[in-house]
Amino acid sequence: MDEKKTLLEVKDLKVSFFTPAGEVKAVNGISYTLGYNEVMGIVGESGSGKSVEAYSIIGLLQSPGKVVGGTIEFEGENLLEYDEEKMRQFRGNKVSMIFQNPMTCLNPVYTIGNQLVEALLCHDKGYTKEQARKRAIEMLELVGINNAEKRIDQYPHEFSGGMRQRAMIAMALICEPKLLIADEPTTALDVTIQAQILELMKALQKKENTSIIFITHNLGVVAEICDRVSVMYAGHIVEQGPVNDIFYNPQHPYTKGLLASTPRLDEEGKERLIPIEGTPIDLLNPPQGCNFGPRCRDCMKICLREKPPFAEVGEGHISACWLHFRDQAGKEDRT
Amino acid sequence: MAGYIVKRIAVAILTLLVIICITFLLMNAVPGSPFLTEKSTPEMIARANAKYGLDKPLYVQLFNYIKNYARGDLGTSLKMQEGTSVSKIIFHQGKFALSLKLGLYALLLAVVIGIPLGCIAAYNRGKWIDGFLRVVTTVGVAVPTFVLATLLLVTFAVKLQKLPTLSGSLPDFKSYVMPVISLSFYYTCYVAKLTRTSMLDAINQDYIRTARAKGVKTRALILKHALRNSLIPVITYLGPVMAGIITGSFVVESTFSIPGLGKYFVQSVLSRDYPVIMATTVVLSALVILMNLVVDIAYKIVDPRITLTSKED
Repeated sequence: MDEKKTLLEVKDLKVSFFTPAGEVKAVNGISYTLGYNEVMGIVGESGSGKSVEAYSIIGLLQSPGKVVGGTIEFEGENLLEYDEEKMRQFRGNKVSMIFQNPMTCLNPVYTIGNQLVEALLCHDKGYTKEQARKRAIEMLELVGINNAEKRIDQYPHEFSGGMRQRAMIAMALICEPKLLIADEPTTALDVTIQAQILELMKALQKKENTSIIFITHNLGVVAEICDRVSVMYAGHIVEQGPVNDIFYNPQHPYTKGLLASTPRLDEEGKERLIPIEGTPIDLLNPPQGCNFGPRCRDCMKICLREKPPFAEVGEGHISACWLHFRDQAGKEDRT
Repeated sequence: MAGYIVKRIAVAILTLLVIICITFLLMNAVPGSPFLTEKSTPEMIARANAKYGLDKPLYVQLFNYIKNYARGDLGTSLKMQEGTSVSKIIFHQGKFALSLKLGLYALLLAVVIGIPLGCIAAYNRGKWIDGFLRVVTTVGVAVPTFVLATLLLVTFAVKLQKLPTLSGSLPDFKSYVMPVISLSFYYTCYVAKLTRTSMLDAINQDYIRTARAKGVKTRALILKHALRNSLIPVITYLGPVMAGIITGSFVVESTFSIPGLGKYFVQSVLSRDYPVIMATTVVLSALVILMNLVVDIAYKIVDPRITLTSKED
C-alpha cells in the first residue's frame, strides 16, 4: 500500500451526539488512511459508529451530531475547515455516497434522468442540458441498465430495487468522484441482486479508478470487494489490515468473535455458530478500559483499567488489544 | 385519462341526483311556507301553493325539479320579483361572480402566502421564526372570521379611515382588501400549518439525504425535492375548500355588505324560497364534485406514482 499516494487521511476523528441524556461519543478517535484506487471495508455491528464516521467525511452529519476533534484530510485539504458552500461543491463532485435502501433513496416525483442530470448540473462543470442527458444515458448503460434511452425518462417506482441501486450508483459516479462511500449498499437487496451489485461495483471501481469506503456488517461482502478492512467497535477501530490477514489471521478478540459468528459455506458438517456474549456497551457511559473488555473471553486486569494501544501484528496490520502486550502487561502485573 | 373523466362525470350525475332527493326531502321536512306572512290567510296560501305547484304530491314536485334541471332550467324564485329566474340571479346579476372573485383572491393569498410560510417554518424548525409562525398560525386558525372581520373594520375603516366600511359590489382595489384578508386568513394559516407538517416529513426522507449527498443547493433541496413531495395533503385540503370558498362566505359577505351568493343562499333558506334553495345546493354540489375531480387530476400531476383508474379497470 505504501507506493500508493494518500487520498484520504482521517486523524483522531471524534464525533459526538449531544443528546438530552448527555454526550454520546459515537466515534471516539479513529485514524486511517485511504490510498487512491483502494477499497477499504469498515465493518462493525449496529451502533459501532461506522456510518457516522462516513457521514462526517461527506458533511452530512445532522444535528445533534457534531465533529468534536481530529482532522479529515482529502488530497491534503482539511474538510472540516470547508465552509458550507465549499462543502456543497465537494459533495457529489469529489466524494459521493450511496445508501442502504434504494427503494427510498430516489425522489419518487422526478424521473431517473432528471435526478442524474441534476447531480451533474449542480456542480458547474460546463455541461449543457443535452450533454448532461447524454452523459446520464451513458452512465445508465455503464451500470447495466438496458434500454437506457427509454428508461431515463421513467420514474423510480418503475424500477426494481436492484435497478434503483444501479441508478444510484450511476448518479454517484456521474461526476467522476475520487471517492465513493457505500453505506451498506447491498443490505436491503436480495442475495442474487447483492452479488450483481457487488460485481458491478468491483468492475466500475477498476474502470473508473475510484476509491471506495465500503461500510457493512456483512463479512462476506467485505471479502468479496475490499483490499483492506477496518473493524470498528463502539466508536473505535479495533483492528485494521489487509483483507486476507483479517480473515485468515485475525488478531483482535472482537474480530475473531465476528468471524466465529458468521456462517461459512466451505466447512463440512454442522459447525455451530458462536455468538459474541453480552451486549454492546452504553456509549453514554463508556468503560474506563478497553471497550470490548466486558465482553471479552480473554479479558485481563489491565483491560478494564486502560485503553489498549495499537500493536503492529503484521505488515500494515494493526490491532488494539492488551493481549499483544501480554509479556509486558504480565510483567507490570507482577511488579 | 379521457375515459376516466367520462366515468367520473357519470358518477357525478348520479351523486347530484341523490343530493337533489335528499335536499328536497329535508327542505320539505322543515315546517313553514314561503307564503307565510302575518297577513296571509289559509286561502291565500292555498292559492299560492296551487299557482307554484306546491299542492302536488311530493314525488311529482321532485320529478319536476329533476326534469327542469336536466333541461338546464334552475327554476323561478318564489320571493323575488315576479318570475325572476334563479339562474339569472346567480349568474347574470353577478352574485356568483362577486363571490367567485372574492373567493379566488382569498384562495390565491392562502396559497401564495401559506405555502411559503410553511416552508420557512419547516426549514427553520425549532428556531425563533418557527415558534413565531406557530403562534401566528394557531391564532389564525382559532380566531373566528367574524371577529377578525370586525377587528379589521374597526381598525382600518373606523379608526384609521383608510378603507371603506361597505365593500358593496367591489368597485375598486380598496374595497377588496378587508374582505379578502378576513376570508383568507384562516385558510392561509391552515395551509401554512399543513405545509410545515408535511414538509418536515419530506425533509427527513432518504431522498433528501441523497440529494444533499450529491451536492444540491439548499434552495433546490427545499423547493424542488421536498416541496413537491409535501404538496399532496395541501391539495387534498384545498380542493373542497375551494368549492366552499368561491361560493361565498355568509359571514364575510354580511359584514362587508357584499351582495354575494353566500348571503343570498342563507336568505333563501330563511324565507323558504324552495327553488332557490334547491338550485344553489345543486350548483354548490356540482362545484364540490368538480373540485374533487380537479384535485384527483392535480394529484396525478404532482405525484407520478398515482394512476387514475376507476374500480372497473
